[in-house]
Amino acid sequence: MKDHQVIGNDKLQGIAVSPGIIIGKARLVDRSREKIVYQYLIDDSEISKEVERFKEALDATKEQIVTLKNRMSDQIKEHAFILDTHLMIIDDSMITDSTINTILDQKINAEWALKKSVRKIRQLFEKIDYEYIRDRINDVENVAERILRNLSGKEMESLFEIDERVIIVAHDLSPADTSELNTSKVMGFITDVGGRTSHTAIMAQALKIPAVVGLESVTSLIQDGTLIIVDGYIGEVIIGPDDDTIIAYQEKEIQHERYRSSILQLSHLPSETVDGHKIAIKANIEFIEEVVAAKEYGAEGIGLYRTEFHYLQKKKIPDEEELFEAYKEVVEKISPAPVTIRTLDLGGDKILSNNESPGEANPALGLRSIRLCLKERDIFKSQLRAILRASAYGQIRLMFPMISGLQELLDAKQILKEVMDELEKENVKYDRDIKVGIMIEVPSAVTLADVLAKHVDFFSIGTNDLIQYALAIDRVNEHVAYLYEPYHPAVIRMIRQVVKVAKEADIDVSLCGEMAGDPLCVSILVGIGIDELSMNAGGVPLLKKIIRSISREEAMADLQDILALNTAKEVRQFIEKRIEPLMPDLQEKDFYMKVSIDKSTH
Amino acid sequence: MEQIKRLKINNDLGLHGRAAARIVELAGQYSSRLFFKKEDHEVDGSSILSILTLACPKGTEIQAKAVGEDSAELMDRLTELFKQRFGEQK
Repeated sequence: MKDHQVIGNDKLQGIAVSPGIIIGKARLVDRSREKIVYQYLIDDSEISKEVERFKEALDATKEQIVTLKNRMSDQIKEHAFILDTHLMIIDDSMITDSTINTILDQKINAEWALKKSVRKIRQLFEKIDYEYIRDRINDVENVAERILRNLSGKEMESLFEIDERVIIVAHDLSPADTSELNTSKVMGFITDVGGRTSHTAIMAQALKIPAVVGLESVTSLIQDGTLIIVDGYIGEVIIGPDDDTIIAYQEKEIQHERYRSSILQLSHLPSETVDGHKIAIKANIEFIEEVVAAKEYGAEGIGLYRTEFHYLQKKKIPDEEELFEAYKEVVEKISPAPVTIRTLDLGGDKILSNNESPGEANPALGLRSIRLCLKERDIFKSQLRAILRASAYGQIRLMFPMISGLQELLDAKQILKEVMDELEKENVKYDRDIKVGIMIEVPSAVTLADVLAKHVDFFSIGTNDLIQYALAIDRVNEHVAYLYEPYHPAVIRMIRQVVKVAKEADIDVSLCGEMAGDPLCVSILVGIGIDELSMNAGGVPLLKKIIRSISREEAMADLQDILALNTAKEVRQFIEKRIEPLMPDLQEKDFYMKVSIDKSTH
Repeated sequence: MEQIKRLKINNDLGLHGRAAARIVELAGQYSSRLFFKKEDHEVDGSSILSILTLACPKGTEIQAKAVGEDSAELMDRLTELFKQRFGEQK
């Protein structure tokens, strides 16, 4: 077995935004936005020349952008409007007239005058309440940067002209920059800044080249021509790898290719045990973009759509319309398969302003999740309205998190009913028969499952939180993290109890959380009789593979033995003996696990 | 010649970059000058950045003013553009 651990090579961790592994030479591209511009006074006699110089820079910039636009490949043609907008900005009176007037009035150089115009525009934009309008300031700054380059006579190096196979290393790449990339030459790119949902990330996925962003200071650590490895699966960059590391990564990529082709063969086969028992495998997602991967990996729907992103992304609560659009897009993309949407599952400190936020000693046990929603009803109602409205466009199941007892559930359902009545009055379409369920993640809900089951259509066992609350350990706390143990006999008994109650009440029961994607846990869960598992999309194919190779009858027999075991260690050993023969290559397992666990958040 | 009309923004995204670009594009085809006014704030309708600074979400009504020889035709096409939600689906 090859050791994937890298020793003696500099390894940087960033955010993986477009998958694949590439090994190649770094090409540093200077796209720094921090250019120093000096102010100097212009003699009266030279003023008209200075204006001319500015106008020439504008023309040169326009010409470059038109050239770029004409060279755009068909793959990214749909993004051409960005460049059209840039052309309009160059011609905009707030750039042209304003800068020229400043040169004339204050007798200063064009660079400084342009900076002043941009500053004025930025001040106006900062006051705009709507992020998607406010963010256009980035385009203005991008255009200004190009004009400045032309003023200094130093033409921006065109990414299009790169003619050897390289990996682009830059502080940031604008959409315009990305559109220039000649993908037959550029193997991929890495940047200091950027996030998972940045435009640059989306372009990289569209271009199907590996990319890692958010590496902070990679441009100062890498020199032009350095050999680097970019791992777009997990967001790693290795600078100056040695031969062993190169071979290890080449093997990893080959494995991944092999894995991908095996997925394509497997992903559309039914997920059923050798004795014909069906287990639905679904994907957990957080972003709309993940729906495509979920389908590609063969998920039979979205078992958990986490909705926190929209609340965290900005400093304010998203409005109903924005949420509706997002939910609608997800439901339409996955349709006819169903999506289970979990209502807001956040701590109060994340969304309330400082003086509203209670400042809790123990936030995990505090005002959060459904408790917060029941207190901040307007926030909750607006999300419920968005979910219900989206339910007109496909199959949505609604799920409340962190229910600890019946009263909370009844209160939440009462608010849901009020929202339904409102929509009814307004004649807004929604699915009147929408299935409503709860997460089982608080130990009291396990004990009370028979009572709760009478009021819901389904249970989803959230093992991440359930294990934490049941075993009283904070897995982020390094001193006790070792106690976080999915194989703990108490955890297995709790899951079994919930499933048993759900079956008796004849409601659906699924399991989401990392345990669902753990290949070693599958046979326990199948033995317990779970109907549905939901996990990170990357884990779906392996789980399907394992389910297709075990028998439910045997799993049920094993469960009896497992229930007789007293410690997590014994359970783990027992199960490893069972599952390992199904995965002849343990390295394969490690790799799958890494891919599937990589993205688990919250 | 001067045309004044109140126009409503019907697309979901409001007067965002692409919608503003459509307006500027249209204004560029006419010799008349175009202005938009929201509350007391009046801006040049040929400047995409100025239009954006009006910060108009869906449902906002703004006043459009076209001044010049072909202002009637410009206003007709502008009205149509607003009605068509700037060519956006929703």
